[in-house]
Parts: sequence; C-alpha cells; structure tokens
Amino acid sequence: MSKLGTITRRTFFVTSTAVVGGALFGTYKYKQPVPNPLLDGDDAIDPDFASPNPYIKIDKDGVTVITPRAEMGQGVHSTLAMMVAEELDLDWRTIKTEHGPASNSYYMSIMIEAMVGHQYDYSTSTQFKRRLTHIPAKFLGIQMTGGSMSTPDGFVKMRSAGASARLVLIQAAAIEWSVDPDSLTTEDGFVINPVNNEKLAYTALAVKAAEIDAPSHPPLRDPSRWRYIGKSVPRVDIPAKVDGTAEFAIDVKLEGMLHATIKMSPRFGAGIKSSDTSKAAAMPGVEKIITLKNEGFAVIANNTWRAFKAANAISVEWETASYPAEQAGIMKAYEASFNSEPNGKFDVKGDIDLYFADVGDFIEAEYRVPHLAHSTMEPMTAVAQVKDGRVDIWAGNQAPVVIRDAIMKIGDYKASDVHIHTTFLGGGFGRRAESDFTLAAYNIAAQTDGRPVKVTWSREEDIQHDFYRPAAIARFKGVMGEKKPAAIDVQIASPSIMLSMSKRGPIPAIGPDKLIAEGTAGQPDDIDHMRIQTFAPKLDIPVGFWRSVGASFNGFLHESFMDELAASKNIDPIAMRLEMFGDLAPPGNKVVEKVAQMAQWNGREGINGTDNDRGRGFAYTLSFGAHTAQIIDVSMTKQGIKIDKIYCAVDVGVAIDPRNIEAQIQSGIIYGLSSAMTGEITFADGKVVQSNYHDYPAMRIHQVPEIEVTILENNPQITGVGEPGTPPSIPALANAIFALTGQRIRELPMNKHVEFV
Amino acid sequence: MNLNINGDDHEINVETEMPLLWVLRDEIGLTGTKFGCGIAQCGACTVHIDGQPVRSCSYPVGQVKGKVTTIEGLGSPGVLSKVQEAWIDNQTPQCGYCQSGQIMSATALLSNNPSPTDDDIDRAMKGNICRCGSYPRIRASIHAAAKAMKETGA
Ligand code: FES
Ligand code: FES
Repeated sequence: MSKLGTITRRTFFVTSTAVVGGALFGTYKYKQPVPNPLLDGDDAIDPDFASPNPYIKIDKDGVTVITPRAEMGQGVHSTLAMMVAEELDLDWRTIKTEHGPASNSYYMSIMIEAMVGHQYDYSTSTQFKRRLTHIPAKFLGIQMTGGSMSTPDGFVKMRSAGASARLVLIQAAAIEWSVDPDSLTTEDGFVINPVNNEKLAYTALAVKAAEIDAPSHPPLRDPSRWRYIGKSVPRVDIPAKVDGTAEFAIDVKLEGMLHATIKMSPRFGAGIKSSDTSKAAAMPGVEKIITLKNEGFAVIANNTWRAFKAANAISVEWETASYPAEQAGIMKAYEASFNSEPNGKFDVKGDIDLYFADVGDFIEAEYRVPHLAHSTMEPMTAVAQVKDGRVDIWAGNQAPVVIRDAIMKIGDYKASDVHIHTTFLGGGFGRRAESDFTLAAYNIAAQTDGRPVKVTWSREEDIQHDFYRPAAIARFKGVMGEKKPAAIDVQIASPSIMLSMSKRGPIPAIGPDKLIAEGTAGQPDDIDHMRIQTFAPKLDIPVGFWRSVGASFNGFLHESFMDELAASKNIDPIAMRLEMFGDLAPPGNKVVEKVAQMAQWNGREGINGTDNDRGRGFAYTLSFGAHTAQIIDVSMTKQGIKIDKIYCAVDVGVAIDPRNIEAQIQSGIIYGLSSAMTGEITFADGKVVQSNYHDYPAMRIHQVPEIEVTILENNPQITGVGEPGTPPSIPALANAIFALTGQRIRELPMNKHVEFV
Repeated sequence: MNLNINGDDHEINVETEMPLLWVLRDEIGLTGTKFGCGIAQCGACTVHIDGQPVRSCSYPVGQVKGKVTTIEGLGSPGVLSKVQEAWIDNQTPQCGYCQSGQIMSATALLSNNPSPTDDDIDRAMKGNICRCGSYPRIRASIHAAAKAMKETGA
C-alpha cells in the first residue's frame, strides 16, 4: 500500500465516525443491551410468553423467531431463523418467523463498516476499526435491509439470541426438576434430562423462563457441531407463495378499507401549475381527490381500477423541471462535470501524471451507462390508517424505523403511536428502502376520517417515480504491461446517491461519495500506477440504491476495460486477472481458478478454439465482501445473440444455505443481465420516457440459460449474497459479445448495438 | 352479472369493462391473483377461463363467459396440485409476487401438453416476467411436475 492510500482510508474512517459523533459515545453505553421491543408497549404484557431477547418469543403455541429484515425474496427469514435454530435446538418444521415491529433495537450494526478499508483487507487493525463502527451504528439505530448486510450482521447476533434463550430454558427446567442446569441437554424444542430421559417442551417452560434474566454473551457452538448451517432447509415463506396466501401490502384487507392511487408530477421537483379534477371527481366510485402538497394528486375510491381511471382523467399542467428537459442536455451536464473539482480520489498509487507524460502508447476508452428503474414486480403499495391518535402502516419496506420516525415528525406522534407492519415485499432491490410511498399513504389516510386506505401505484407511476440507479460516464486511460496492466487512470462522472438520499433521509452526506467509484475502486488490483477520480454532476433527478449500487455499473466499467487491455496484447483475460491479484486477495484467485475450471476455459474466442459462432467472456468483481467470478457463453443465431450458459464461482465465507445462495446468485445475474440487455430510463420534456414492461423490458424465461453456481468458503468473513451476483454479469456478457463479434460494447443497454434472442 | 370462480357463484354488480383482475381482488377479495402491469405484459394476473390462461388485468369482466379458476382454486381443498408441490420441492419462489401467475401458466401448459420440451416451456412461459429471476427453477419445476403427473396419472 502506498502512503497516500493509507492516509485516504484513515481519513474516511474518521469522517464516518465523526458523522455520528462516535467519539462521544463511551463503550459503556454501547455495551448496554438494547431494549426488547417485544416486551414494550401494546405488543407485550402477555403473561403467557417469554422473550429472552428481541429476537425470540416463546409461548404455549410455539417458538417464533423475529426476523427483523425485509423478506423480499432473498430468503432472509429462513437464513436468520436457521442461525437461531442452530443454537436453540429447534425442530425446523415447527419454526415460525415474523418481521416484528419497527424498532431501533433491530439496528444494522455493520451499516458503516464498508467505509473502513478495502473489502479484501482483513488485517487486524482494519478488522478492529470495522468493529469500532458498530458503536456509532448502534446510536444511529437504523433498522434496514440492504447492502447484502443481513447475513453478516445476523451471524453472531442471531446465534447469540438462540444460545441465550437456550440457557434460560435450561435454567427454567432445572428449577422445575430441582437439578443442576449443567446436567441438562436440549433437542428439537425440548429440554431433556439425560439421567431419566424426562423432557419438557420449550413451550411449557415459557412462563417460568419469562422470569429469568438472559445472559448477553453466551458461548456459541463450534462449527463442527452445526446441524443446520451449511445444509439446505425448506424456506419458511415458500408454501404461502405457491398457494396465493402470502400477504403482500397490496393484499392487506381491512374493514371499511378505501382504494386509492396517486398521480405525481412527471417532472421531479416541479409542482402543479394548473389543474382540473372535476371530471375525475364525478367518475363512479370516486370518494375524494386530494392534492399531495403541490407535487401531485391522490384519488380515493372504492376500487383500485376506478381510482386508476379517475387519475387518468385529471387534467393538469405541470411546472417545468430544474434539470435539462432532454436526455442530451442531461448527459451534457455529466460531461461538464469532468471540468469541476473531483468529488473523490480513490486507490491513488504511484505517480500517474508523471507516468503518462513519459509513456508512449496507451489505450483510451469512454463508457456510458443509463439511469435504471428498479421495477419491482409488485408496484409501490402501502396501506395506512390514521385513527384516534394512532397510525398504522402496512407496507413491504426495507427501513421501518425510517418510516416511523418520518411520520412522528410530520404528525407530531410518539414512537408508541406509530405502528409499522412489514408485509412480504413483492421485490425490493433497494426501491423499498425509500419512504415516499409509505409517507404518501400516511398523508392520504390522514384525510379519510379514520378509514383505512390502500394506495396502489400503477406500473406507470412506479417506473416514472423511482429513485433511479444513476447514469454514468467513465473515461479510462490504461497502459498494458507484459502480463498485467501497468497503469490505469480513471475518471467517473455520476451523481452522488448519498447526496440525493441525504435530502430525504436520516443519513447526512459528508465527504466524497465512495459509491460513485465502488467496483472500479476497491478491487484487488495490484497495479503500480493507479488513480480513480470521481465527479458528481448535481441534477434534481432522484437517485438511490439499486441492487449492488455503485458496483452495478462499475463492475461493467472496470471489467470491460480490463478485457480491452488484455485483448490489446492478446493476453488471456483470466491469466491476466490472476496476475493482477498479486498477493492481495487469495480468495479472489480461488474463485477465478474455480470458474475457469467449471467452464473448462481455454481462451475467450470460440469454445475450445474450434467454433467461431461462439464466444465467451469472463469478469470478476469484489462487491459486498464477496469475490465473484463469472464466465458467460454466447452464440450467434438467426434471431440474434443467444446466451448459452453462465458459470459463477462466489466466495461467501460461510455458506448458511447453499440452495438459497444459488438462487440469489442466479437472481442477481438475471437482474444484472436484464439491465445490460435492454434496461434504460431516459428523459424527454423533463419526464421519464419509459412507462411499463413494453418499453422497460425484463429478461424472460426463453433468454435465460442454465446458470451453474459454485460456492466457496475461503473468505475470512461471512458475506451476504443478494447483490454480488449482479456486477460481473454485465461485463461478462459484454466481453463474450466481444469474443463472438469483435465488437466492444461501451454503452448500455446493449440492444442499442446488438440484437438478442 | 354472475361469475363462477373456483366453483362458487358470485353475483356482482360492476361496470362491464372493469378488468376481471380488479373484480377478483377488490370486489370479491381473492388477492392471490396479482397486479403487475395492467397491460398484458407481465403475466402476474394470469387466471384460467375454462382452463385456458388469460391475463385478467386486460380481460373485461363483461366478456367472461366460462368458469374462472384462480390460484386459490388449484388442487383440492387442503391439497396442493402437482405443480404447486413441484414449486415447493424445487424452492422456486423468491419474493413470490409473480408466482401465482407463473403457476397458473404452467398448469395450463401441462394440461395441454403433459411432456413439454424446453422450447414448449419457453413459448408457454415467456409472457410471465419474474423480476427476481427464478426462471431456472420455474423450468425445473415444470419438468418435475410433468414427471410427477405422469407417475401418478394425475
Ligand atoms: S398485470 Fe396483467 S399481465 Fe401484467
Ligand atoms: S419471485 Fe419475485 S418476481 Fe418472481
């Protein structure tokens, strides 16, 4: 590491803790146990249950694991429940899970860990600094789901919860039987006395256990004794998802419920100039039309379709937007930002200016990626009721306390007055980390005299009022050495997501936004001369977290350019990648070697060099701690390019449930490829052009080949799996197309340049 | 007008152009059928009319002449259909939102074609989007269900 690199990293760390006043919080206060929201307010005082900690509730009917992360398809409820079951000795078939209430006790403790060091750096001092960030994270108290953090965050927490509950139950049984607790064992939901084979069910011990204090740092089992972790179990949420009974927000039914929809300004930040709602108000079933501040309208009706129809009948002229009205003008603002002060500098090594001044030959390339919408399968939907000083919100959401706190502020409520009921999410991908749709539902319900109201967005509203994955332009300069790149100089222009989010959420944006470069920066690239500079054009187009965030485009930028460099000297991209690791990240070497072996890699062009109608591409990205390498095979058909096979090797540190990890990696790849092939949000007249699946398409079954996934466990730390599959999928496809056709795709989506089946 | 849904008769009184989807969801309260796009692009709203798959978001209720089957009407009370069982065995759903529609399309496919090839599956299922990308397991589940149905003669 160069000196400058070290200083930069330390600076980030200081900034990140300073943001929340880390130095002010003593570890004493940090070490206090969090309050147990299950024994609090109106969700509690039930003498028939025990809750030794915020994650477990035991009553006469069974054991419920509170899995306080959003179940949005990633199987997190089962993953977290497995961790509890592992220590508590539960029978998997009897386990119940619940999202639980909104509570700061369910804060994401590793939320700011990513600000410390490089993801591949597991030195003692970096690990120590990472742990220090748990202190400010606790005081921020943000319960959220995202960043592939649920699994690493829960890995110790959930097992400890299970272990402490087990000790309490053993103690309760020991009192019951008047024996030494150390002589007792547990199995499948029972405490057992091995001396006489007597058994007591946890459910029968609940009342007694409720009186016993739970230990806060119970010992955890050695991995050699794991019974669930590492095996695949049937996911708890799946039966309800095949018989139609799974409840998403859009399925919530309440007595006297109204059905509403919204019609928001199609130009972000631009209000209503003039409007006529009389025709809409007179339509059948319409109860009321209200304005939402000056930003749009809500139509409240007795049926969703009637609300949709009436919303279309509102005639309105909107103000103009502050940003350029046309796509070309927006991209001009991106281009102009290259002339401004950099927002950040990353991975600065050697003397890049001096190096390029001296060198003769270098390769230059400019890449572009568009804005993207999330287009979760369930459009934004929330149900709200405001009655007798109490607020209830039912929503699939990724940040319940953020919603709660915002409503407390708007309506001057106490935390105990605001109840967030998290339903299943019909897809999240980062979109449901935003509170706009839940707050709109609250604002509408505040005007229905206590009647509950379900607010369903049309797909058009959903696509045209997103917090988009920002577009980006990247300019690369590189020099290829003998076996690996000798120098790369990168400039990336893309708006700051943190800045956009700070305008609407609890986290301030201070300092450079690392997200703009993540995936180009922070890769285990042992390159002597290197510099990555970021530029952040400021436009009032809302941008937000989109599955894998900065890495969603930086994976494509970095790995496409690496492939260009390798191709320029006719070097095998996998051989080059292995050289480039140096000794920075041994688990990275392993995933690359593994994927090459899976695909029987024998060069990029033509499978085994025999077939000119085929091409294969390779890419590797380190994101969210997980080293991920992919190879994609494509071929040319009469209907266009066809993806024939995808191979992926991923290192997750510890694999909790391999079958679920496989599904998540496949999911991440398909989400990435959907965007790569056809995904694009553009602007005209200040409005988003695309509106539904006909012009914002998603990959369909006939385009998806077999996806072979191999899971490795060499990483020193456990990682999540929701996002790491996405970043390398896009460049692996672009590099495969290059191998197939010789055409280098430097602009997404790819269907602007090639045709797909 | 009268609608037969999952074997039960329902007397409903709505505009004839209201899409069947919203009659099912908001008037009758059968919410297993999902809204995804409203323009026959995603398949989340797929139900059967006399065994044939239709996009209920774009099917005016006034034009419904046959018997409607929704996800709630598959299998027999308390017993899942072979397709649903295969979906569980293969751990197919992720967020689950598209799956009612996927299962309805797959069920219709298998009743017309007991041993579909991969190409048959592509053709029958490409109207159903899954944003979570559960496609590899949807394909595996259809093959598994086909096999199970043959073995049990179901
Ligand atoms: S909701 Fe009917 S096809 Fe999408
Ligand atoms: S399982 Fe989420 S959209 Fe298909």
